[in-house]
Parts: sequence; structure tokens; C-alpha cells
Amino acid sequence: MKKLIYQEIEGKSTSYIKVAAGLIATILVGLLAAYYMEHNGHVVTGMNNQIVWGLPHVFAIFMIVAASGALNIASIGSVFGKTPYKPLAPLSALLSIALLLGGLSILLLDLGRPDRLIVAMTHFNFKSIFAWNIILYNGFLAIVAVYIWTMMEGRFNKYTKPVGIAAFIWRLILTTGTGSIFGFLVAREAYDAAIMAPMFIVLSFSVGLAIYLLVLYAAYKYSDRPLSEKLINRLKNLLGVFVGGVLLLVTIFHLTNLYAAEHSGVEHFTLNGSSYAFMFWVFQIFLGSILPLVFFYHPAFANQLKLTLLGAGLVIVGGFFQIYVIVIGGQAYPLELFPEYDVSSSFYDGEVALYFPSLPEMLLGIGGVAIAGVIVLFGVKLLKFLPVSLADKDIDPHYNSQNKVANKK
Amino acid sequence: MTDHENSAKNLLKAPDNKSRRKFIGIASGVTGMTLLAPGIFLNQVAQAKTDAEAASSKVRWGMLIDTNKCKSGCNDCVSACADENGWKNQTRNNEELPNEVRVQWMRKVELKGKKTGREVSLPVMCQHCEKPPCVDVCPTGASFKRDDGIVLVDKHTCIGCRYCMMACPYKARSFVHSPVEFHDDYMPRGMGTVESCTFCVHLVDKNKSPACVSSCNEKAIMFGDLNDKNSDISKRVSQVASRQIRGDLRTDPGVRYQGL
Repeated sequence: MKKLIYQEIEGKSTSYIKVAAGLIATILVGLLAAYYMEHNGHVVTGMNNQIVWGLPHVFAIFMIVAASGALNIASIGSVFGKTPYKPLAPLSALLSIALLLGGLSILLLDLGRPDRLIVAMTHFNFKSIFAWNIILYNGFLAIVAVYIWTMMEGRFNKYTKPVGIAAFIWRLILTTGTGSIFGFLVAREAYDAAIMAPMFIVLSFSVGLAIYLLVLYAAYKYSDRPLSEKLINRLKNLLGVFVGGVLLLVTIFHLTNLYAAEHSGVEHFTLNGSSYAFMFWVFQIFLGSILPLVFFYHPAFANQLKLTLLGAGLVIVGGFFQIYVIVIGGQAYPLELFPEYDVSSSFYDGEVALYFPSLPEMLLGIGGVAIAGVIVLFGVKLLKFLPVSLADKDIDPHYNSQNKVANKK
Repeated sequence: MTDHENSAKNLLKAPDNKSRRKFIGIASGVTGMTLLAPGIFLNQVAQAKTDAEAASSKVRWGMLIDTNKCKSGCNDCVSACADENGWKNQTRNNEELPNEVRVQWMRKVELKGKKTGREVSLPVMCQHCEKPPCVDVCPTGASFKRDDGIVLVDKHTCIGCRYCMMACPYKARSFVHSPVEFHDDYMPRGMGTVESCTFCVHLVDKNKSPACVSSCNEKAIMFGDLNDKNSDISKRVSQVASRQIRGDLRTDPGVRYQGL
């Protein structure tokens, strides 16, 4: 295997400039939406006193979960020593930082008082998983930045492994923290389950890798650099395992709930009796899990690049809807204060809460995605994140020996 | 000595010096008064209670609501709360806010037994839990519980993340969705922060009852110190069957319901 050469992309092509301009414009629109929401108050959003977390939170949580997952490729290379993944590590780390910053921007701009960021950074209630998350997110950014540094600076390459291990452990704790935001909510029937944490971890594996796969493909296609299809296949096979893992945990989560009579109401709501049931079965399960698995593993489709990319896209859609069903569906189901009674009040007791996402919320969410996009786009232009070639001959340590065998045959 | 030197000496003569000192003295005095007096005055007004008078963990404020007395359709306690705490008029561009984004510190809930058909009416507000989930989850510590059991939101450190609303088992909290046009000095309110029943802490601290208690003609709400064995509420809860809402969560609410 040759020594890999990393190089910035040129970033002068018309398409690069167009994409950059489009992303910056999207960020500006997102900021305007945030300003509109903050100026008028959340009354202009679809959120209300029943659905207190809306579409911005779905975007934010999805991106934060995906951020920790995007780092996995780097971890596989430097923590578990899988050589073919090592060239993929810098982009993986960059993408994880980008996604986290995008998600956090959304979360911050949706606060009732985003101007009090300094309060959030200086007042910590250590019993709050949210407070812990603030520390975990900041720590993650710092560790991954150092991780990138050790990868890029030749003199510090020897530290890549220990820093990579630290980053890997940190990311597991981070996603545990994100999942526990819901796991620790004893009041809501749809949450309050310890399995939320591992479920979020495996979900991060799948959506993080799916996003990584698409970004990697796009980066190499548009910079005209060779990319091994074998590598894409390898990533695809791994992605399939993660998708299966999420399915397993989702199944256990619902089976456990179905077994307990007290949860039958909320399970019926999520799986059968609401628009969230439609999102669950159609988007999360069929389009987001089953169909990608068919694309990835069925012999008729398994080696078709387009279907692999489509499958990865569907995994992202499925993951997004999974978060939507958890965040919004979980709030929509009425809190049971008086289990033995039918209830009614001026505050919607006993009623399924309604939520219609508003345009500003949508624009804020998309703006956050654009922030992540810009970070990646400028990152690969300014620093050496991408190997010049990811062709088999450049990255596969057994390439020559395999070829010799093939030639002999 | 030249004329010039003489005139310079004259300038330094005592009478002039005296008047200058006098002027400086008066000026400093006035400046000092201007700067310090309001501070002293405000300090007197806003002075925190002494340690002896401060909220004490020896007290546990609580309520006992007799649902047998609470009338269906009566909203007096809710209206009194809204009046007292400034959430009665909620408008935006001169129009009433839509109900789903209106702040509601207190609400009347009508119940009908699923199996029994029995009808009950009762008010629900912050239950002032001994172990409040809202306080546990608040990232900045803005949600807090006073030593005397009253759960409050510090409006200066609330960042408006709404995690407390996700955590509250009683839906007792509201988020202020639009600009607040008016609020009373004793009950600061602001857009982008979360609020809920304070047990009318400003009244309780003056040894008065919360607004809902005094407004109820049926005397259905009893307020007092649950820790004081001789208080009316303690005597009452020791005699009648009462329960806490979602007692299974072990948050130990300070509000109890009789006849439920």
C-alpha cells in the first residue's frame, strides 16, 4: 500500500461556488427565521404549551445523534485498528464536528432566551442531564478537534490512537446523555425507559454512517477523485448491520411496553391509532429500515451503487422520523394524571395534543443542516481532510497480493 | 515682589481657599447622597428577610383540596390566580392569544369515572413536589425549591429550554409564547421563560393565603404548614382520606386531594 496523500479540494469550480452560496443563503434564511421567532415569541411557531419541543428539536437531536455516529468511521480506524478505515478518519471527525455544531445552533436559537447562552454556560445543575450534555457537547468538540490535529500533524500521529480512544468513549457517553434526555423523563409514558440510551447509540451508528457515506461519495464525485466501490460496499454492509441493530432495539422497546398493561394506551397510540403510527410504520420501519436492508443485502441489488446511495438516504429519512415520533409523538400522547377517569379541561387534559410545524421552524432546522454543510465544504477546501485517491490500489493493503493471485488464475 | 507674583499670591489667599474647600465639601456631600441614598433606600425596600425570617425547612407549605366541595363549572380560583399573578389578559396585536399558547398556571379539570361514572371537579396547578422533576432536569438551576417547599422559577436564569415542562407529571408549567405587556412588580414575567403557580409566594411571605384559597366561596381549598402538627391542614389530613395525584411517582406533592 502506498503512502496516502491528503490534499485540500480546489474549491474553485462553479458547482462548488453554487453549493457554497446556496448553503450560506440557507443559513441566512434560517437565522432570519430564528430572529422572527425570538422577536415575536414562540407564538409564531407550531409549538404550544402541550407540544413544547417541536421540529427544531427533531432536527437538533437528529443531528447531535448523527454527529456522534459520524465519528465511528474514525474510531474503527484508530481504535479498532482497521487499516482500510484509516484514510476515512479525518473526514469522519470533521463531519461529526459539523453535525454537532449545526444541531447545537438549532437548539440554541430555539431557546426562549438564546441571549442567555452565557447563563447556560456558567450555571450548572449537575442533577440535570441537560447540564451534563452541555459539558459533553463542548468536550466532544474539543476532543475531536485535538483528534483531527493528531491525525494531520505528522509529529503527533503517535497520539492518534489514545486520543481516538478518548473520543470514542466520549461519544458513547455523549449519545447516552442524549438518549437519557428522554430516558429520564418519568412523567411521560412514551419515554421513561433505560433502553432509550442504547437505542440512541445504535441509531447514531446508523444515521451517522449513512450521512458519512453520502458525504464521502459526493466529495469524491464532485472533486473528481477516485473512490473504491469496494470501500462503499464495505461501508454499506456495516450500515446494514447498524440498521438491523436499531430495528432490534426498537422491537424490544415496543414489545416490553406492550407486555405491560399500563403502557398499552401509549403503544396503541404509537403503533396503531395516530398519524405517528403512520410515520412509524411507513417512514421509520418500511422506508427507513426494511427497504434499505433489502437494497443492501438482497443479491439482486447488493452491488448497485445507486441503490446503496438511495438506501443510505432512506436510512437518514427513517432516523429523522424515528426522532420525530419519539419527540413529538411522545408529547402528543396525553399525560395520565387520573388513570381511572375520563378527563377534560381548558388545558387539553386527556386530549391528544395537536402540532403543525410552522415554516420558521422548518427553516431554522434546515439552516442548521446548512451550517453543518458549510463547515464540511469549507473544511475540505481549507485543510487536508481528503486523500487524493481512495482507489483500491491506494488503500487496500492486500491489493497487490490479491491482484497477483488473480493474475495467476 | 512683582505685580504678577502678588496677584498669584492673592489667588491663594485663605478666603478663596475656604470657599473652594466649602464648595468641594458640599459637592462631595451632594454627590455622595445622590449616589448612596437610593442604594440605601432601595436596600431597605428590597432587603432580604433576616435568617430568622427566611424560608425555613421547618415549614412545608401545602394544600388540601376538598373535591366534594369543589363545584363543577366554577372557575373562581382560576380567575383569582390569573388576576393576582397577571396572566388574565393575554393578547397579541390586540387579540386574545389562541388557547393552546395561553399561559395557564391553574386549571379546572372535570373527571368522570371510567367504570363508575362518578363525576369530580378539581383544580390542578403546580403540586409543589418534595422531589420535583422540574428542578432535577433544569440545566441552569432556574427551577428551584425553597426550603419551605415552594417550587419556583428564577426568571433571571431561565433560558427557556422547556425541559421542565417535559418533566412535569402534572402539566403544571406554561411557556410565555409572546411579549408580556404588563406585569406586577411582585410577579415578574417575561417572554421566553417558563412559569407556574408559586403558591402566591408574595402573599404567603406576608402571612396571607394564596389567591385561590381566599377566592373559593366553598372553602374547598385549605392552605397551611403540613409540618406543623397543630395547623388546621395537618389536623385535617390526619382525619380524612386524601391522596396525591400520581403518588406512584413518589414525587411527594405538597397538594393533596380529598374525595378523589
